[in-house]
Amino acid sequence: MPNDVTKKSKKPRLSRKERARREFVRSIALAAGVVGVAGMGYYPVVKGEKIRLRPPGALDEAEFLASCIKCGQCVQVCPVEAIKLADIFDGFGIGAPYIDARPQACDFSCDGLQCVLACPTGSLSHDLNYSHETRMGFARLSRPGKCLAVQGKGFKGLARGPDFDGTLRYDDIDRWNPLPVAEHEYDLELCDLCMRQCPIEIRRSQCDAGKPPSGDTNQCPPKKAIELVSIDAENGVVKMRPEVLEGCVGCGVCEMICPVDPAAIVIDARAEAPV
Amino acid sequence: MNYIKESLLQLFGAEPKKPAKEDIRPAAQEIHFYKKANPVSPEFIAELHAAGHGNKWRNRRWLTLLFVNLLFVLSYQLDIQLLEGALTASRFAGFHMADLNSALQVMLAFKEVVLNLIIGTTTVLIMWILLGGRAFCSWVCPYHLLAEWAEAIHLWLVNKKIIENKTFHRGLRTVLYVIFALLAIVTGYTVFETISPTGILSRALIYGPSFALIWVGVLLLFEIFVSRRAWCRYVCPIGITYGIVGTVSPLRVTYTPNDCAHEGDCRKVCLVPHVLDMTIKGRARDVRVAAGADCTRCGLCVDLCPTDSLRFEFKMPGGK
Repeated sequence: MPNDVTKKSKKPRLSRKERARREFVRSIALAAGVVGVAGMGYYPVVKGEKIRLRPPGALDEAEFLASCIKCGQCVQVCPVEAIKLADIFDGFGIGAPYIDARPQACDFSCDGLQCVLACPTGSLSHDLNYSHETRMGFARLSRPGKCLAVQGKGFKGLARGPDFDGTLRYDDIDRWNPLPVAEHEYDLELCDLCMRQCPIEIRRSQCDAGKPPSGDTNQCPPKKAIELVSIDAENGVVKMRPEVLEGCVGCGVCEMICPVDPAAIVIDARAEAPV
Repeated sequence: MNYIKESLLQLFGAEPKKPAKEDIRPAAQEIHFYKKANPVSPEFIAELHAAGHGNKWRNRRWLTLLFVNLLFVLSYQLDIQLLEGALTASRFAGFHMADLNSALQVMLAFKEVVLNLIIGTTTVLIMWILLGGRAFCSWVCPYHLLAEWAEAIHLWLVNKKIIENKTFHRGLRTVLYVIFALLAIVTGYTVFETISPTGILSRALIYGPSFALIWVGVLLLFEIFVSRRAWCRYVCPIGITYGIVGTVSPLRVTYTPNDCAHEGDCRKVCLVPHVLDMTIKGRARDVRVAAGADCTRCGLCVDLCPTDSLRFEFKMPGGK
């Protein structure tokens, strides 16, 4: 049976005191090493190079990271699997949930903010009940020159190509099961995908038609999130620019669905509506 | 009371003290006296061990550990929703559960506690009081299993005299416990979670592999080539948190010196041999002594003991 006892070696046997001293020095070194490695996690947090888009209801970033217990229950309940957990490069943010909107945005398919309900620590604040009450970030037309609507162009075909994995709720087809974007062809005279698929705008039009989601008028967003504004109409070509409005919650569906690559409209995570 | 005090001291890094004669109960003194007069021969010990030993408890434990972790994985992958979340926090059939150390780090960093977390923490606290504190380590923690396999390689290398085991001071774990608690309070981040192999492994199993696994690999290599079971022995604060819980647990490994041959093999397989100090000849204070709360209830010693001197027992503290 092998054991822990140090075998006698050719080296002269150290005194008990000397061995204890060496063990003490080693212990200090190990403590410094462990704390040092853990402390490296501070760097990405302080540097804050990439501000993550967090799930709905996320507290302020510092509070969010303090309170998140890194369990991923929000990941598990999301019907469109929009939520991912950060890796070790996020430092202290390891294991905390984020959304990468371009491959898969949060489209509020769950209606009830399931991730908020799943969160055991209140990192995703239970103070919200409805999708329009969140503020994950704010959309911005980052490359207006590339926007099809600005160019007066229509869009025909698959928004993100046949290999795109993302899913969206197409209310008129199936309210309860998000469908692959790659199975949904569009044929638009003027591209308005960002507005057309905006979950806030969809809710608003349902409410205007007297059919609020789940028959609950509380689900009706009070403010518009995005609209297309006419810019000019030379030679009979209609050109429009998407204008992001105060009701935008930063869910990222516009960024996800934008057929231009890279997207002409993006979410600034944690941004507030410009005054 | 004495058990709790002694256990905590050992948990925090103190070496067990040889009991003074007046601290040993007369019945135990009688046993020690008899044994001194009738020493067991090496031949007798060889005979005791000739038959080898089963791995009943180890096998049960490994199965439990795999089952619990698999339940997390399958609950998500197959969407059976029985045990949702990860080891840090979860819901079992809808009931909140929170790992005590993760919850503690969150509480220290966030300085606010929501009701769900109180419920989850209390549930898990009661559960591990009943199930034996650090039993979490050996029966649930996925890193423990990997570390056991790494330990087997380490011991083989030591046995071949290829490497030498480097020990550290056990008080180191307590120092780090305090440091990580202070870091959580001061920085407002759950600093320890960044390097916790328990959380990293649990999440990797459930949500898919991550680069953080490289850190787990580094720890295992350190344990193979430098220091036996270093993370669990000298670093991991989770062990201290559950160890404290274990001081009031009725589930313990207990020792009866009567038939013990004192060959000491139990201490050689043990992750925390200081809890088996009473198995050294003449050290048992009573005719039945419970292993200290640093014990992970892994049962390796129970499997190994040829005389049934070490056993699992479920007894209320103070009860005879």
